[in-house]
Formats: sequence, structure tokens, C-alpha cells
Amino acid sequence: MEKKTKIHAEDDRLDLVITREFDLPVELLFKAHTESEIVAQWMGTKVLKLESKKYGGWEYETSDPNGNVVFKANGVFHDFVPNEKIVRTFEMDNVNFAPQLEFLQFEKLTDDTSKLTMQIIYKSIEHRMTQLKLPFAQGLNMAHNRLEEIVTKLK
Amino acid sequence: MEIRRDVFQAIADPTRRAILSLVAIQAMTPGAIAENFNSSRQTISKHIQILNECELLHQIQNGREIYYHLNPEKMKEIDKFIEPFRKMWDDRFNKLESIMKNYKK
Repeated sequence: MEKKTKIHAEDDRLDLVITREFDLPVELLFKAHTESEIVAQWMGTKVLKLESKKYGGWEYETSDPNGNVVFKANGVFHDFVPNEKIVRTFEMDNVNFAPQLEFLQFEKLTDDTSKLTMQIIYKSIEHRMTQLKLPFAQGLNMAHNRLEEIVTKLK
Repeated sequence: MEIRRDVFQAIADPTRRAILSLVAIQAMTPGAIAENFNSSRQTISKHIQILNECELLHQIQNGREIYYHLNPEKMKEIDKFIEPFRKMWDDRFNKLESIMKNYKK
């Protein structure tokens, strides 16, 4: 079974590479990264700021159903070439992680297909490991919470 | 309809993980694999079939016997830490793709 999104993370490196091919013209793939309302939809976060230009800044914030902020991140665009590339920083608020550097490369494959290559560089191997493990840990937490809910109902 | 199988489903089962660790050491016939378990040969053969369908094993015919080898390439895909991370991006990109299709002329 061919996976659409691939993660390439070699041991003992500070970076990882995410690749994905889309059934979309490269213009639409790029557009999806530059407009607040669209980013908000597919990233599942509130977009507080998205200045899609060189030296522009961005800010995302995600809240749980009770309105508590569970995730807040920000960064700056260092390079911004429409339909070609985005270079940006990514930093989470209120955590002890150093900012990470992201290189997004947009490629036209055919008129209707395109490819995104996203290289993320971390400050340390430990930082990379933590970021990779985060969704895994969240998955475990969710399972644990659900279990707790069920157990509580049984009481 | 055949259920699509993936490697994560395959390694979720302890017997299948045990089979993988056996053939990781040496190629084995289905009979030799089954001797290591208390379960029926039929049960083990079903497990082997699942592992084979996920390409975690590959078969090599040696005379009348079939030997199962571990497919190390496929094993590399199994990184239980990375998979949820990949899945997170895959879900996001799937959403992106379906949203942007509405913008197509």
C-alpha cells in the first residue's frame, strides 16, 4: 500500500523531510499555505496572523472545546516565492523548545498535480525526537482519557 | 471484499510479532514456524498469510518447500513513534487537497 505522505527521518540527523504529492495544480497547493481562512481549515487551528510575504509573521492558536488555549505557535517568513518556496521559522509558545526552521518547496508535476517537500531542521536530535513523538503521546493520552471516562461512568 | 491490510495492523498482534522475530533470525518454512507455537497450524498459517499480504514477509521457493524471509524494507516503515506524526500530516494534507479541489475551475 503506497502512502501518500512520507516522512524521511534518518538516525542521528537534525532534520526530517515530509513529502506529499497532490492532485492539485501547484498554484492551488501554494494558495492553501497563504490564506488565513484556508490554513485554518486544514491545519485545524485559529489563524491570528498570516502575513504571507518575506519578513512577514504568522501566529496560530488552538483551543479545546472549553475555550482553553492548548497550542500556540508563531514564526517569521524568511523567504516567500509564490508557487516555488517558503522558508519560515516555527516556534511554540510556553514550551522549552528552540524554534525550528522549515523549508517548503513547491513543485509542479503536471498541470493538475504537484509536490510539496518540507524539510524541518531542529536545534538538537532530542528536539527532533520530541516533536516526532508528540502526536504519538497525544494519541496515548486520548486513549487514556477515554478509558478514564469509561471507568468513571462505571463507578 | 478483501480488507486492506497495513503493517500496523499486522504488528498489533503478539503472535505475528513473534513470527516476525523468528524469521528475522533465519528463513523458515510454515511448518517450522508453527512448531514454535501452541496454536493450530491453521491459525499460524492465517497469521503468516496476513504478514505476507502486508509484505512484511516474502516467500522463496526452494524445491518443494516455501521459505519465509523477513522483508527488512517493509520493517523500516514500522516506527510506531513516527507513524502518528506521519498520520497527522497525512490527515492535514488530505483535508488541504479536498478543500482546494473546490477552487478548481
